[in-house]
Amino acid sequence: MPLSQNVFAAALVGLCLAFPAVAQTRIDVAAPFEIQSPEPSTTGHIFLRMGIVETLVDADPEGRLLPALATEWSASEDGLTWRFTLRDGVMFHDDTPMTPDAVVNALEIARAKPGPLAGLPIAAITSEEGAIVITLTEPRAALPAFLAEARGQILAPAAYGVDGQAVAVIGTGPYRLTELAPPLSLRATAFEGYWGDAPHAADVSYTAVSRAETRALMAESGDADFVFNLDPATVTRLSRSDAVSVHSVAIPRALLLKVNAAHPLLDSAEARRALSLAIDRAGLAQAVLRYPEGADQLFPPAMGDWHDATLPPLSYDPEAARALLGELGWTPGADGILTRDGARFALTLTTYPDRPELPLVAAVLEQQFREVGVDLTINSTNSSEIPAGHQAGTLELGLLARNFALVPDPIGTILSDYAPVGDWGAMGWENAEIVALAQALARGEGSTEDRARITAILQAELPVIPIAWYQQTLAARAGLDGVVIDPWERSFGLPGLRLAP
Amino acid sequence: MNIVISRLAQAVTVALLVGAATFAMMRSLPGDAAWRIAAGRYGYDNVDAAAAEAVRAELGLGGHWFPAFLSWMGDLLRLDFGRSLVSGQPVIDEIAHQLGASLWLALAAVGLSLVIGPPLGILAGLRPGSLFDRALLVISAAFKAVPQFLMALILILVLSVQMGWLPAAGYGQPRHFILPALALALGLAAVNARIARDAMASVAAQPFYAFAEWKGLSRAQVLWRHGLRNVSVPLLTYLGLQFVLLVEGVVVIESNVGWPGIGHALVHAVFARDVPMVQGTALMLGLGFVLVNALIDLLAARIDPRGAR
Repeated sequence: MPLSQNVFAAALVGLCLAFPAVAQTRIDVAAPFEIQSPEPSTTGHIFLRMGIVETLVDADPEGRLLPALATEWSASEDGLTWRFTLRDGVMFHDDTPMTPDAVVNALEIARAKPGPLAGLPIAAITSEEGAIVITLTEPRAALPAFLAEARGQILAPAAYGVDGQAVAVIGTGPYRLTELAPPLSLRATAFEGYWGDAPHAADVSYTAVSRAETRALMAESGDADFVFNLDPATVTRLSRSDAVSVHSVAIPRALLLKVNAAHPLLDSAEARRALSLAIDRAGLAQAVLRYPEGADQLFPPAMGDWHDATLPPLSYDPEAARALLGELGWTPGADGILTRDGARFALTLTTYPDRPELPLVAAVLEQQFREVGVDLTINSTNSSEIPAGHQAGTLELGLLARNFALVPDPIGTILSDYAPVGDWGAMGWENAEIVALAQALARGEGSTEDRARITAILQAELPVIPIAWYQQTLAARAGLDGVVIDPWERSFGLPGLRLAP
Repeated sequence: MNIVISRLAQAVTVALLVGAATFAMMRSLPGDAAWRIAAGRYGYDNVDAAAAEAVRAELGLGGHWFPAFLSWMGDLLRLDFGRSLVSGQPVIDEIAHQLGASLWLALAAVGLSLVIGPPLGILAGLRPGSLFDRALLVISAAFKAVPQFLMALILILVLSVQMGWLPAAGYGQPRHFILPALALALGLAAVNARIARDAMASVAAQPFYAFAEWKGLSRAQVLWRHGLRNVSVPLLTYLGLQFVLLVEGVVVIESNVGWPGIGHALVHAVFARDVPMVQGTALMLGLGFVLVNALIDLLAARIDPRGAR
């Protein structure tokens, strides 16, 4: 019926014309993270990325710490007393000044909640004229890096309710929150009283869009100027588009297999090495992640000293894997699955769909492990099943994406994951040397060789089996200048973005 | 009046059943609630034993089911939905925000489907067996067969990416409504058109319809005076049933286009084991179903020429 179709099309065009797009003065961001509330411990990372709140310390892409709300810091000789000099003339968005007492208040509230600050050996935080002083019970060289983490953000005293939960977002950043509509959107505008350079774009908005396909389409259709986190298939397609430019950078995050080293099938380094040899990392990286190569050690090259380029790489060799398992007494059964003393080499792999690539990688691993006679059952469930299974001792294998830079100094994650075990790190495995090395590094006593030694032990013992190193990708509208990806996942860099006229 | 009383009784029954059922289901889900809530709050990078313990201590989870059930039913009777375990915000506020977003989307979809479907169906029903009638059958079957998420993706590709007419996703402005409402409406309209077509064909075949033409009314007058009212009764009744389809569609489409609606909220609440949110949203959806059907009963009773005195 051409007539009614024409009428329909005309009506649609009419509707579209009735709501014309206005000239652009705002940068629209789309990212997967949902907004829960003004609370820093749950949503704070979004406020920090959007430039609404700030922390005492900042970090550049190389991980060097930069002054932010604190202009300088120093530790006493014994490393137990830290003095952070606060920036002068900083105003909160409610036009009250940022006083040392306000900073102490924000940090005390933050460390009473779960997060990296809660794990620090802090004895007291006190205020001084123009500074705050943090007293530790044991030295922590990486303390300033911990204060760069999103949950250490400094909000005005009026932002917190009586129970310490934030009821408003009153930060100090270049953008001031104007509208907060959980779970999906917020808006902010340039804050006139900002202590630093005024941002180029006057307004910014944030939309949480959980589906990667939809985010990519928003980039293509121009509905979002800055689209964070693209799925691998989309990157290939968007790279060919003139409307957007795709940016990507290696980040300190690895896709890895957490192994229960106390499990009878996995309690020898040889068994874990056999599983590692069964993984075709390059094939997996190219087919699923669209990366040129997989990980040949745990820490990516982006992690500086922690990556050791001279280390013999993890490789793919199913023949060697079968031989290793044969030496451990495993023989193939009738269905091709290995058996030993009547027990089958069968394991459950737990993973979570929050990151869409994980279940896909799990499916490929299932096939690759079957090649060497290992039977894998995939359980794709809630992400908390991995740490919960760790605590209960029931986890067998966990496939996960671990961020080594929750704090812009990897020692934070190394301590919590491998010295000696951690919910998202080693399980049923203990290595006294790593614990000693990591603790020395945390006190600020270690060297480059110590980091390389940790990496080498992890490579030899394989308490976790590395599979791939992540790239962070984003799509920016053509004509949006100044795009920088922060590998520490702290900032979208909005104040530096320039909209082409 | 009878309709109102029976529907009120139904609403109370639904509230009690939904309350008891969601309570039982949330309690019987595998996994530890404190862990799930911690994952929902802090995300996969930050959920660990310390976070789960903090959640457990804060919310006082655990304990026997019976006192928890009594207190939940008591809260329900006082219409106190409590606070979301994940965001800490009052459930009633979150639901008001999200139910509103879904309701507008659903209304826009139903309105659009009524503009598209029934007129085409009536045209076809007036000439059963014609080329147009058969073409409509094929088209509506095709549109009904396309899953809603696929429909939304196709519309985004065509209308947003290719034509650049509409935003691909987003919420807040009138133009954001068109695409998701259309994606829902096309599926609904496909069925509306079939119902209207069959109703129209059967009405037009009745002796009274032929009689109205014999007595000298024009075809338009016959349709207006004797056709439409009869066609609208089955259409309206079916609209009540479509509410279920609509809720299902809204859940899917909302995640597709980033719509802050109740479907989206329910899915996330179930994953994060946010019991008050699940109970609140399920209750609202149940009561909404009763309300829609009550309204449709009342309307149908008024419209049906057989009921008029």
